[in-house]
Amino acid sequence: MSFYEVYKNFNSFDFEDFFKRVTGERVKKLITKNRLNGFDYLALLSPAAGKHLEEMAWRARRLTVQHFGRVMMLYTPLYLSNFCVNHCVYCGFQVKNRLERKKLTPLEVEREARIIASTGLKHILILTGESRRESPVSYIRACVEILKKYFTSISIEIYPLEEEEYAELIATGVDGLTIYQEAYDENIYARLHPAGPKRNYRFRLEAPERACRAGMRAVNVGALLGLHDWRSEAFFTGLHANYLQDTFPEAEVSISPPRMRPHLGGFQPEVEVGDKNLVQYMLAFRLYMPRGGITVSTREPAWLRDHLVKLGATRMSAGSCTVVGGRSGNEHDDGQFEISDERSVAEMARMLYGQGYQPVYKDWQMI
Amino acid sequence: MKIILNGKEEQVEERTTVAGLVKLKGFAPGTVIVEYNNELVKQENWDATVLKSDDRLEILRFVGGG
Amino acid sequence: MNDVLKIGGQELNNRLFLGTGKFSSNKYIPEVVRISGVQVVTVALRRVDPEYEEENIAAFVPQDCVLMPNTSGARNAQEAVRIARLARAAGCGNWVKIEVITDNRYLLPDNDETVKATEILAGEGFVVLPYMSPDLAAAKKLVAAGAAAVMPLGAPIGSNRGLKTKELVRILIDEIPLPVIVDAGIGRPSEAAEAMEMGAAAVLVNTAIATAGDPVAMAGAFSLAVKAGRMAYLAEPGETVEYARASSPLTGFLRD
Repeated sequence: MSFYEVYKNFNSFDFEDFFKRVTGERVKKLITKNRLNGFDYLALLSPAAGKHLEEMAWRARRLTVQHFGRVMMLYTPLYLSNFCVNHCVYCGFQVKNRLERKKLTPLEVEREARIIASTGLKHILILTGESRRESPVSYIRACVEILKKYFTSISIEIYPLEEEEYAELIATGVDGLTIYQEAYDENIYARLHPAGPKRNYRFRLEAPERACRAGMRAVNVGALLGLHDWRSEAFFTGLHANYLQDTFPEAEVSISPPRMRPHLGGFQPEVEVGDKNLVQYMLAFRLYMPRGGITVSTREPAWLRDHLVKLGATRMSAGSCTVVGGRSGNEHDDGQFEISDERSVAEMARMLYGQGYQPVYKDWQMI
Repeated sequence: MKIILNGKEEQVEERTTVAGLVKLKGFAPGTVIVEYNNELVKQENWDATVLKSDDRLEILRFVGGG
Repeated sequence: MNDVLKIGGQELNNRLFLGTGKFSSNKYIPEVVRISGVQVVTVALRRVDPEYEEENIAAFVPQDCVLMPNTSGARNAQEAVRIARLARAAGCGNWVKIEVITDNRYLLPDNDETVKATEILAGEGFVVLPYMSPDLAAAKKLVAAGAAAVMPLGAPIGSNRGLKTKELVRILIDEIPLPVIVDAGIGRPSEAAEAMEMGAAAVLVNTAIATAGDPVAMAGAFSLAVKAGRMAYLAEPGETVEYARASSPLTGFLRD
């Protein structure tokens, strides 16, 4: 059974009604319950649970330290190309936006890699827009060949691929996949993606399954927060992660809770997701999947990320730049979105040590 | 003639039946189960089952077990 | 309270399963069944020994019990399958406890062969309850093979050492969508209660009852312990809090 069928089971599920029935008593019990099911998780995403964040936080912190230790994995994104044929109304790189389109040449990839490697990072996430003409799989493979010399773990955040294509990239040296569904609600998804290949909801939804079947070591899923009701989107993200973990016990599964940031094009979030909401989401997920990873990017401001260290996060980006070639060239070009936490890798490391956490630059190496 | 009973060779008279064998060995019918050449023989068929040379028989019983 | 355990189409109200080996006299068995109310009773199938007249154990088990033959003596999947088929043909019903043991020193089960036997017998319509070492990967294979429940050991057979495999059994209870029945090793009623409190669906006890000074009284004690443990599980015990609350809150930075 694919995750699409799991999602379809909730077609007529009444979230409002479910949330109305969640009592504080139930929430308190769930906070100490040993193993949560999907509905327990949903209850922890309810407004009623929003009044028990402190208790949830202590439990989440204990579980995180127990399963991950006092460490934070650091990585950085590298934008390879901003060519894109999609019409995602919320994205700075969408086809209608006027910005300088660019993709890195092999020489430029090498230059960016050297700059990043000099910070000590060994894990990198490479990104492209969706353009099978400008950034085909062969282009990504060529970039991976170069990056392999500098990094022990290479993750991709690109358009969804076929299973054989994932296998090809894995054979080249890719070991992680990040792919956000953006909106799990199929109707909202259709509205936000009026044209382009990304309209295919199911192909995107099932991309992590295809990647796992191809042997991907790590997968990271998420919904872009601000596009639709965050509680149900957080719920489906968690269910998706749990589904992947159940179906592919050998995979390392994590989620990201990215919130919308200002970007070129100026799409305003349809729903406001406050700091409290973000924290509730992270805590609920931690209680639901004690071993699931939680990635927090530089979309969030430094002061907030400092607090999130103790609230279940396991991986953070550092020294980020969303401009193609921004590290070695013109950093004033338009990026995919504006970064909130501008700190360098060294500054992030200092902050983590200050909180009693060890920054980890290398967590994995394919041998 | 020679048969194999519970893994051991035994000599029995020609035209011995399963019922006769069980009786010969002193077991009360109804307390044992007979497997004849890898097939279970129901008690009602014991009289009609005539042994041939080299037949393999197992006489089994339910015993206490956990 | 309507709390039934459904296995293979049967609805069971009693969560103590009884093994019938090692009793000093089989005459205890009907009495043990009566006092404890057990509904599932295991028996074994053996070659007769002409030198020694034995009783037919089935005669001592009340008619309304589910008779569950085990495949003890089997050293591989094929032997287990053969014993199961014979037992069914002999009128034992379609339940079977798969027990494949290749290790005579500790009598620990061979999970690989157990998976193979389970697959074959489930395919033939048996209600298969495999006895196993508590291993998550093997338990998942048993689920896929069509088992009706899984029966992890608490400690080696007959050892009366209690729930030594507690943490591994807990993982099976959390992860396996089938009844998890703790089989082997339970030596005292308190240990049976411990397994039930944790969420085990049932426990199978043999040696601890059969070799007690007073098997009937001990069976009664086990029956009460299993019921108590089950009630406690359903009542959802309060969590013990093993960490102190620091004075500075973790979420104090959040504003409305």
